[in-house]
Amino acid sequence: MASTTYPPAGPAANPGVAIPGPRAWPGARAATTPKMAATQTGMWVCVCAIFMSFAAFVSALVVREGSSTDWQHLELPRVLYFNTLVLMASSYTLEGCRRRFAIATRPDTETGGAARVSPLPWLYATIMLGGVFVTGQCLAWRTLAAHGFYLATNPSSSFFYVLTAMHGLHLLGGMAGLIYMARRLARSVTSMQASALSATAVYWHFMGLLWIFLFLVMAIRL
Amino acid sequence: MNDASAQPEIHHLAPPHSFIRKHVFSLDHKVIGLQYYGLALAAVFIGMVLSWLMRLHLGWASLPIPGLQHFSQNGAPGGVITPEYYLSLMTMHGTIMIFFVLTNAPFSGFGNYFLPIQIGAEDMAFPRFNMMSFWTTFVAFLVLIAALFVHDGPPISGWTAYPTLSSIGKDAGPGEAMGQNLWAVSIALFCIGQLLGSLNFIATTLDLRTKGMTLARMPLSTWAWFITACIGLLAFADLLPATILLILDRTAGTSFFNPAGLVVSDTLQPHSGGSPLLWQHLFWFFGHPEVYIAIVPGLGIISHILPAFIRKPLLGGMRVMIGCMIAIGFLSYMVWGHHMFVSGMNPFSAILFSVPTLIITIPNTVAVLIWLGSIYGANLRFTSASLFCLGFISVFISGGISGFFLAQPAIDTYLHATYFVVAHFHFVMAVAAIFGIFAATYFWMPKMIGRMMNETLGKWHFWLTFIGVYCIFMPMHYLGLAGNVRRYAAFTDNFLLPLIPVHKFITVAALLTGAAQFIFLYNLFHTRWWGPKAPDNPWEATSLEWSTTSPPPFDNFGGKHPVVYQDAYEYGAEGPQDYVMQTTPGKASAT
Repeated sequence: MASTTYPPAGPAANPGVAIPGPRAWPGARAATTPKMAATQTGMWVCVCAIFMSFAAFVSALVVREGSSTDWQHLELPRVLYFNTLVLMASSYTLEGCRRRFAIATRPDTETGGAARVSPLPWLYATIMLGGVFVTGQCLAWRTLAAHGFYLATNPSSSFFYVLTAMHGLHLLGGMAGLIYMARRLARSVTSMQASALSATAVYWHFMGLLWIFLFLVMAIRL
Repeated sequence: MNDASAQPEIHHLAPPHSFIRKHVFSLDHKVIGLQYYGLALAAVFIGMVLSWLMRLHLGWASLPIPGLQHFSQNGAPGGVITPEYYLSLMTMHGTIMIFFVLTNAPFSGFGNYFLPIQIGAEDMAFPRFNMMSFWTTFVAFLVLIAALFVHDGPPISGWTAYPTLSSIGKDAGPGEAMGQNLWAVSIALFCIGQLLGSLNFIATTLDLRTKGMTLARMPLSTWAWFITACIGLLAFADLLPATILLILDRTAGTSFFNPAGLVVSDTLQPHSGGSPLLWQHLFWFFGHPEVYIAIVPGLGIISHILPAFIRKPLLGGMRVMIGCMIAIGFLSYMVWGHHMFVSGMNPFSAILFSVPTLIITIPNTVAVLIWLGSIYGANLRFTSASLFCLGFISVFISGGISGFFLAQPAIDTYLHATYFVVAHFHFVMAVAAIFGIFAATYFWMPKMIGRMMNETLGKWHFWLTFIGVYCIFMPMHYLGLAGNVRRYAAFTDNFLLPLIPVHKFITVAALLTGAAQFIFLYNLFHTRWWGPKAPDNPWEATSLEWSTTSPPPFDNFGGKHPVVYQDAYEYGAEGPQDYVMQTTPGKASAT
């Protein structure tokens, strides 16, 4: 048990710390403020939740496949291979964006370098590749439908549509995040945006890895 | 997290002025916490009235309940509840209570209000997500309540919504068309709301702690909300996909859960090869952690409140209790199969689920022993809050002990479908969590609304509720042992007829206990407008919420961030007062 003698306790005894104005402390850079750190943490937590959701879908797939004899194997549309490459390329372009962002916001270039080394074209390329991926997924759906596989045709096709649709929805959320980042960067490129860009990148790369995981699962099990 | 994360921060949000931004679509975690609390309060009274209707029907099966026929012509013609409508009421009672009361109040309500304050933050990490979380939950509640008013009534498949009853549509019975759709959509929305909330809790706890607030100095209630958020993040991320698959089975003709060759109501169902057990696995992988989402905040709240009234820290220090809560959270994911012992699972699988279930009683028992050991020899201050803490411990023990029996497959096979289980989970999860909510309300309401609740009414409320819940749920153990099946709308078998007087006794107890809650309601609303002003620290407690005004200002600490120097529960200190607040400079020395 704690035992000690103190000056009179209570709120008045603690002067507290005055809240400084914006960027009042030296070297206030990316992810050095609690809010910025929380943005990063929040994104990782979000990634965990999404992964858990897809783990539930995939475990349902495995159990459903093993519990009956009506499972019909699908031939996955070839466009999915192209889509996979597109999504991997989009991760590359996003990293390109982040590299240029880092250069543009280095203290020595922060005032004048931003215009010369703009991260925006790479971000636009990422958004465009994301759009190509979603379009490619729609093409894959049309290909399956053309072969007579609809959502309720067979459990394998059900899972194909569910997994791709859910991934696509999450990816569209990521594209919304990228577009939001593009609007912010179009206004100004400052180090204060580093944590938001970094969190967006974590999400986008996770979407790529998740797709590869789902693609492997579907290639093996469907 | 390192010290950098506890630096003072700028104030991002200005106080709102319009009524809508201040009280409705507010970004302030305190308003959102109160909104969750208000929603839970509305929900718990609806849930309680539903249980009254069920209890009346169980005691007097042919009794017309005046006016009920106007509420549901098909479900209660002439005011007499049909068997199907009884199941509808049961489904709604369970769903409302589990999701919108036991999850909302102790976790989302009090957690939202006090987690940021207890760690010295000015708000949650993502205030907009926080607001979205509440309003998504609110819409989920409206969607669920709408099921009471659609033509075919609420679903009849229970809060567990087992397929195939829940998955084949209108042929399964009343409420299985639109009512079940509304249920599924409501739960999906609720999951989204809870995921947003959990995300906020975790990020806030990890990154927005004020200077000096190390993890080891966080109050146990904050630890509990943090651990609950971690549990909820994975649990609701599992239920959401399950619900999506259920919705697809019901509306899109898929066969995830619907087996082949199923004939219901003389109709061959157009499905093939699905597995109803798949739902049970997905559901209970969420469902058992959900039990701990309801009760772990209670463990933390009790552990936080009790030291203020026994005037000493908990026995064994904070770390043991934190370890217990983490162990409970971790183990909660390994025991879902114990809800499925009678599903036809391999007996060896049953043992695999039985062993961790028995192991999970160890951290729970340790927690109980810590509380009892701490109370032993203490100079306990009897207040409404401390009485509800004692009540919590009592019902938690009573309900926990029956868990030992049910954890064993051989015994559970006999008891699973009986009132023994009803008694068990109501005691250990529902009543215990409700007692935690009451304790928290009496303890924190002075801080939340700036006025002191009436202690005399609070004590009357406690004793009537405490005696009442034992009268309601203790006899259910005997009913269960006598083979009284649950979920039946009426008891017509010869071996059940002698048990009906017990049901009548329980019904009367339920009505009286429910009526006693109006004392609480009166106390709460009277206090809100006419209660005496609360001082900043009425309980002489140590944590950060008591170092600010009652109620706290918009940014919680009036433009400053507190600096923490002490552990969370420095009671029993020598000096002019027997406690040391977390904000008091100085060095504590253990003796």
